[in-house]
Amino acid sequence: MSYQVNRKGYYGEFGGAFIPEMMHPNIEELQEKYMEVINSYNFRQDFIALLKHYVGRPSPLYYARRMSEKYQSHIFLKREDLNHTGSHKINNTIGQILLAKALGKTRIIAETGAGQHGVATATVCALMDMKCIVYMGALDVQRQAPNVKKMRMLGAEVIAAESGNKTLKDATNEAMRDWINNPEDTHYIIGSVVGPHPYPDMVARFQSVISEEIKWQLDEQLGRELPTRVIACVGGGSNAAGAFYHFLDSEAVELIGVEAAGKGIETKETAATLTLGKPGVLHSSRSFVMQTNDGQIIEPYSISAGLDYPGIGPMHANLHATKRAKYLWATDDEVLEAALELTQLEGIIPALESAHALAALKKLSLKPEDVNVISLSGRGDKDMETYLNHFGY
Amino acid sequence: MKNRINQLFHDKKENILSVYFTAGYPQLDDTVTIIEQLVANGVDLIEIGMPFSDPVADGPVIQQSSLVALKNGMCIARLFEQLKGIREKVNIPLILMGYLNPVLQYGVEAFCQKCAEVGIDGLILPDLPLEEYHDSYREIFARHNLHNILLITPQTSEKRLHEIDEASHGFIYMVSSSSTTGVKSSVADFHLDYFERINQLKLQNPRLIGFGISNKETFDNACQYAQGAIIGSAFVKALGDNGSLDEKISKFVNQLVKGV
Ligand SMILES: Cc1ncc(COP(=O)(O)O)c(C=O)c1O
Repeated sequence: MSYQVNRKGYYGEFGGAFIPEMMHPNIEELQEKYMEVINSYNFRQDFIALLKHYVGRPSPLYYARRMSEKYQSHIFLKREDLNHTGSHKINNTIGQILLAKALGKTRIIAETGAGQHGVATATVCALMDMKCIVYMGALDVQRQAPNVKKMRMLGAEVIAAESGNKTLKDATNEAMRDWINNPEDTHYIIGSVVGPHPYPDMVARFQSVISEEIKWQLDEQLGRELPTRVIACVGGGSNAAGAFYHFLDSEAVELIGVEAAGKGIETKETAATLTLGKPGVLHSSRSFVMQTNDGQIIEPYSISAGLDYPGIGPMHANLHATKRAKYLWATDDEVLEAALELTQLEGIIPALESAHALAALKKLSLKPEDVNVISLSGRGDKDMETYLNHFGY
Repeated sequence: MKNRINQLFHDKKENILSVYFTAGYPQLDDTVTIIEQLVANGVDLIEIGMPFSDPVADGPVIQQSSLVALKNGMCIARLFEQLKGIREKVNIPLILMGYLNPVLQYGVEAFCQKCAEVGIDGLILPDLPLEEYHDSYREIFARHNLHNILLITPQTSEKRLHEIDEASHGFIYMVSSSSTTGVKSSVADFHLDYFERINQLKLQNPRLIGFGISNKETFDNACQYAQGAIIGSAFVKALGDNGSLDEKISKFVNQLVKGV
């Protein structure tokens, strides 16, 4: 079985490109050209060089000794938190800005929740001298003020989305509307493995550097390429897609995604899409969606703005449906506890998103000989206020 | 089987006036009254909007009306309830317009069946693109005598224009400029070269121009380049004014047609 996208942009029965006709020329252009561009010699050269010298890749694969002792199992952390701008999001924005250049676009738009993708986009736009507009839910503009200031300092215009719940979903709606209204000069840098084909596949390819490195780093450190399992948090699912990518066909490797349960999956304040959603179409692809019986999208909730999304990438919907990957969830409380544990055992303050992956350790039966790789997708700087409020330091 | 959309375009070749409103706005149970009043004021075709929480192809006016309609309790099942018996009252073509997800949750087959039962003639689902329609929907729509109305924009390639023409059976919805609904509002914003270019293609299907038609001037201008035009946001906005539905609707249509 192939877990990759097929020619029509589907992972099994999920994916596709449910776009209004106004977006057709841009999406068709991307569909026709993305593989050719990203496989071209020039693109590869630029992409690899920027990841190395600008982003700081390869990111370390760190053997967490004290965590391993505590959980009586080998735990490695893939340190995406050490990337420039503090998360895995930059792998994708570097790829997409190079693609946008190759396609002759001059204006970049993006959506953002926590602001990590917004900052990563504003950063590459500064680097490449491109006009940058970031849509952010009005509520998130308030919740994530430091990132808003960073984006503005980087030269981006941040537009507050005032529709709906004023969070990530609404920012995505506004970015899509912008693209409809600016059909000729604009490229939309989507921040995760969501949206119409080819975005899920394209973003997964840019993030796949994560598992590519894990393989040779494990080989270097343990003399084996394959871990027992890979664990990653899942919002739209891009760091998970990148961490799973080169292990998809190695069925012996267990793949674990962790969704945000917010205040609990039995409450209304949750974002556990695969656990609670049903198949549907949101933001131009068919996947699992949190929705009412009438097909209206439910506003999600999570303590982490980056996982506060009612959809999930179609690749994960398919990995879930085919049972190739397993999706767990973690509540806000479990996540805070896991973040504090990592901080005090290893001296690493994780992003709230990434702490969801850490929280899964308590939900798995780990064996002493297991090799667990956790995608530490981002650092906790942006979440300090939340942490301080909870822990009272 | 005859479809009222084809009948309309057979009987009337110019100045066709099509009006969109969001079902459940301003009040939940206004649907039938709005339809009756539009017909009484001489409107040729009506697009009934099924509200959706995330209408990405729509501007602020229709977004807002959708939000209010959903808060009022509108949903597809309720809309079908309201439309039961509508064919004893009005005979012009009725089209349902909305986004795919609520239709998927209702069930495509069940949805089309209900449309046929209450007397719907066509569907406009902006996020159902041509390719998906061909692969999974065409046969079901056809079985229930529902025309799928497809959109074209100034950026649509000539090859695709012909594909869309080939796949269309009622009319083609010609988006005035690439935009979300309710954005542009003056004749100066129209791409007349695009209107001319499409005119010269001699497509098989008639066309209605929509998006940004808001008053007599823009309506008349659009009618010079197509069989008629579609008004959406401007009408929805008028429905939000104070006054009775009867007054608001007759005032709006009169201003549009007579300019007074
Ligand atoms: C650090 C971090 N991890 C994870 C995510 C979630 O995104 P994804 O599921 O695409 O990896 C975000 C999103 O903002 C993030 O900032």
